[in-house]
Amino acid sequence: MKKGGSTAVLERPKVVVRAAAGQRDVPDGPGAHGGDEQGDLYGRIAVSLTVLAFLIELAGVIARAASVERAPWGNMYEFNITFSTVAVGVYLTLLALKKNVRWMGLFLITSVLLDLGIAVTVLYTASDQLVPALHSYWLYIHVSTAILCGAVFYVGAVTTILYLFKDSYESKLAGGGKPGKFATSFLERLPASASLDKFSYRVNAAVFPLWTFTIIAGAIWAGDAWGRYWGWDPKETWAFITWVAYACYLHARATAGWKGRKAAYLALIAFGCWLFNYYGVNIFVSGKHSYAGV
Amino acid sequence: MSKTTPDATGTPPAGDEDLGAAGSQLSTAPEDTLNMPSLGVIGWVRWFWRQLTSMRVALLLLLLLSLGAIPGSLIPQSGTDETKVADFRKNNPTLGDLYDKLGLFHVYSSVWFSAIYILLFVSLIGCIIPRTWQFVGQLRGRPPGAPQAPDPTAAYTTWRTETEPEQVREAALALLKKRRFRAHLAGDAVAAEKGYLREVGNLAFHIALIVMLIAFAWGQLFKMEGNKLIVEGGGFSNTLTQYDDFKSGSLFTADDLDPFSFNLKDFQGTYEKSGPNRGTARTFQADVTYSLGAYGKSKKTIIKVNEPLEIGDSKVYLTAHGYAPVITVRDGKGNVVYHDAVPLLPLDSNITSSGVVKVMDGYRDPQGKREQLGFEAFFLPTYTPGNEVSSTFPALGNPVLNLAGYYGDLGVDAGVPQSVYQLDKTHLKPFKNGKGQQRENLRPGETMTLPNGAGSITYESTEEWANFQVTRQPGSGWALAGAIAAIFGLAGSLFIQRRRVWVRAVRGDDGITVVEMAGLGRSESAKVPEELGALADALYDQAPGAPEPDEDSTETPNPQAVPAERPGK
Ligand code: HEM
Repeated sequence: MKKGGSTAVLERPKVVVRAAAGQRDVPDGPGAHGGDEQGDLYGRIAVSLTVLAFLIELAGVIARAASVERAPWGNMYEFNITFSTVAVGVYLTLLALKKNVRWMGLFLITSVLLDLGIAVTVLYTASDQLVPALHSYWLYIHVSTAILCGAVFYVGAVTTILYLFKDSYESKLAGGGKPGKFATSFLERLPASASLDKFSYRVNAAVFPLWTFTIIAGAIWAGDAWGRYWGWDPKETWAFITWVAYACYLHARATAGWKGRKAAYLALIAFGCWLFNYYGVNIFVSGKHSYAGV
Repeated sequence: MSKTTPDATGTPPAGDEDLGAAGSQLSTAPEDTLNMPSLGVIGWVRWFWRQLTSMRVALLLLLLLSLGAIPGSLIPQSGTDETKVADFRKNNPTLGDLYDKLGLFHVYSSVWFSAIYILLFVSLIGCIIPRTWQFVGQLRGRPPGAPQAPDPTAAYTTWRTETEPEQVREAALALLKKRRFRAHLAGDAVAAEKGYLREVGNLAFHIALIVMLIAFAWGQLFKMEGNKLIVEGGGFSNTLTQYDDFKSGSLFTADDLDPFSFNLKDFQGTYEKSGPNRGTARTFQADVTYSLGAYGKSKKTIIKVNEPLEIGDSKVYLTAHGYAPVITVRDGKGNVVYHDAVPLLPLDSNITSSGVVKVMDGYRDPQGKREQLGFEAFFLPTYTPGNEVSSTFPALGNPVLNLAGYYGDLGVDAGVPQSVYQLDKTHLKPFKNGKGQQRENLRPGETMTLPNGAGSITYESTEEWANFQVTRQPGSGWALAGAIAAIFGLAGSLFIQRRRVWVRAVRGDDGITVVEMAGLGRSESAKVPEELGALADALYDQAPGAPEPDEDSTETPNPQAVPAERPGK
């Protein structure tokens, strides 16, 4: 604060903001590198390798599409490889937009590798054909947005889980407890729980209108292909359940004042519904969605 | 206020309450009250209504709706698959009875599911109406004046200037108006607000949900859906009796059928011949002529799988296709007793098909006795030697029709409706030759002679058939309009920030003007402080900072001495 001299150039006014009452005032962690220069270098190398892996995987998806001469989402194998590519794409896009998300890499890449492992072993299907009902441009709109929504919801869910860990860690610290060494080295680097919470809310809220659109595009396509736009087919039903679950989550945050852990549980339940719609319905329930071939 | 974590105590974080009077109108969301009613029927009704329209109950009903939808996706539903329901009942009789009582075979039209969504929508309406009024009131009124003690969650900044307070306020008013805030002068401060579209979007979204529900319910009540299989050259006119099967909503009457008719001139299916997509339909279309009304002019058109024909309020979909071999049956004397194209049902994607030929009357056995004939037909559009049981390609490459005949009584007169695709063999005997039952493969033009002068059956040629589904689903235009409005409303509600800005300018005791600015958004967002900073910068250019008062002048409290702390704390 400059004082005194009447001719001194004064600072521009500074805006002060404080955490809302009832929220912990904890600063964000430094990120996975832990504030270490070498760590930061490793982080950059990891991100570069992720970009490389993304390009290779994308090439794989495109090659598959070329081999089957259609969009690569005719069965679960194709859906899985496309989905994990898009999930990494969302992550890289957030990084490119200069969002503070590098900390997510470890968890995201681990689960993407798991997903790819399942795809090439259990789910692998040789190139095959599509039934005529799957020929419609609404299908392309519907499935591509569904995959994108899934990928973004997934990023939201990963953040929510990390939020829950970080939140208990902060509670423990605030209560005078001493978290384990491993937990500390891990969790102290993450952003503050309040930031994680906010980020997951933004991610989920941002993609919710697109998810609504996805369901509507599906209904329009069903209207063209099957003569009814809504028939409570299991896939439709679970898309609806997922939608209502996310609506609950948004409602809870917007109106019922359920921030924090309770809202986080709702968000995880909603993502669980999305996952079940994808894996569970294909495996356990039979319906009209013919790509369900495992 | 003590800083307890919201989770530790289980009480909701105080965000909304903390907004206090200044923030209270930033949303029209109602407040939750759980007060017990005072006595009396009206008191109870009121209490019930308040509960129903409270956010807590709305949330609960939403949760219930998603939970309630689950069983319908796991248990077979009579609306979609009657046979699966029957199977389930047969395999689990006790569970089946229980499910029946609970309406679990038709969840989405069951009493309890309806109760959930009706309550939800009553709650929704009960929520929208007061919110709309309140919002209209806010639009007509003015943004509330600056609070004496700024809200602790607001973004805040302050500086001192030599510009007159009136000038600062005027400049602030002009600035805020230019940035499309609704702003006005209230006392020594300017109050401004922006982002009303958020509320508009939110209301539009919830109203759109109601529109969608009504459209959906309307469609369910007045819908119809019928199927008709037509062989090339055949026709159909839209009356109840012509349908192979027919379903309709409870308020649909036969008068609602659109008067039209159409003929199937030609069905075309061509398929990919090689590559990974071998067998995939390339073209799959029906050439039809249709006419509206009894004497309408006939028009030509093409119906494809995802491109139905729209006539009046009805849509005609092409849903399936298959082959119909043309069969001629002769008796022992050579008289034709049957000549028709017999539609066979496809069994797989290469259209391996099966069906039956029923000769009901006109046939007499070699002794001259009246008798009925039945033939089981098994058809491979592309027969590859070595693969006797299935076709290897969906097109007519090398068609082979396998026939086995029976004689006796078809049982069609017993009054029990019978499938046209199955034989009831209780009163039938197979035709036999030396090696047991006679069974032969025929190519087009070939004839199978029945043993002992019983006659013959000829496979003349092959026609194709197509199955058409005629549906009418009123209200779907409204449902679509509602859906589109819902998406835009939702986007507005989620992406637009509603926020308030106050600029207070007062002359301090030392004659220097103190400017204070505060910004408040309803949802935590980095945008509000950012915007406030930009506004402050712009205003600062017009009301530049004044030098700090002398350090030893102690008579006046210096607002900048403790910038993080604000009055009221
Ligand atoms: C039919 C089921 C419903 C669905 C799917 C639904 C969905 C939503 C969604 C997604 C939001 C979030 C938008 C935002 O954050 O601004 C929202 C906000 C809201 N809903 Fe609902 N809602 C439903 C029923 C209700 C009911 C029954 C009520 C009233 C009792 C209600 C009152 C509100 C209010 C007050 C807001 C927040 C407005 C604000 O943020 O200022 N909704 N709703």
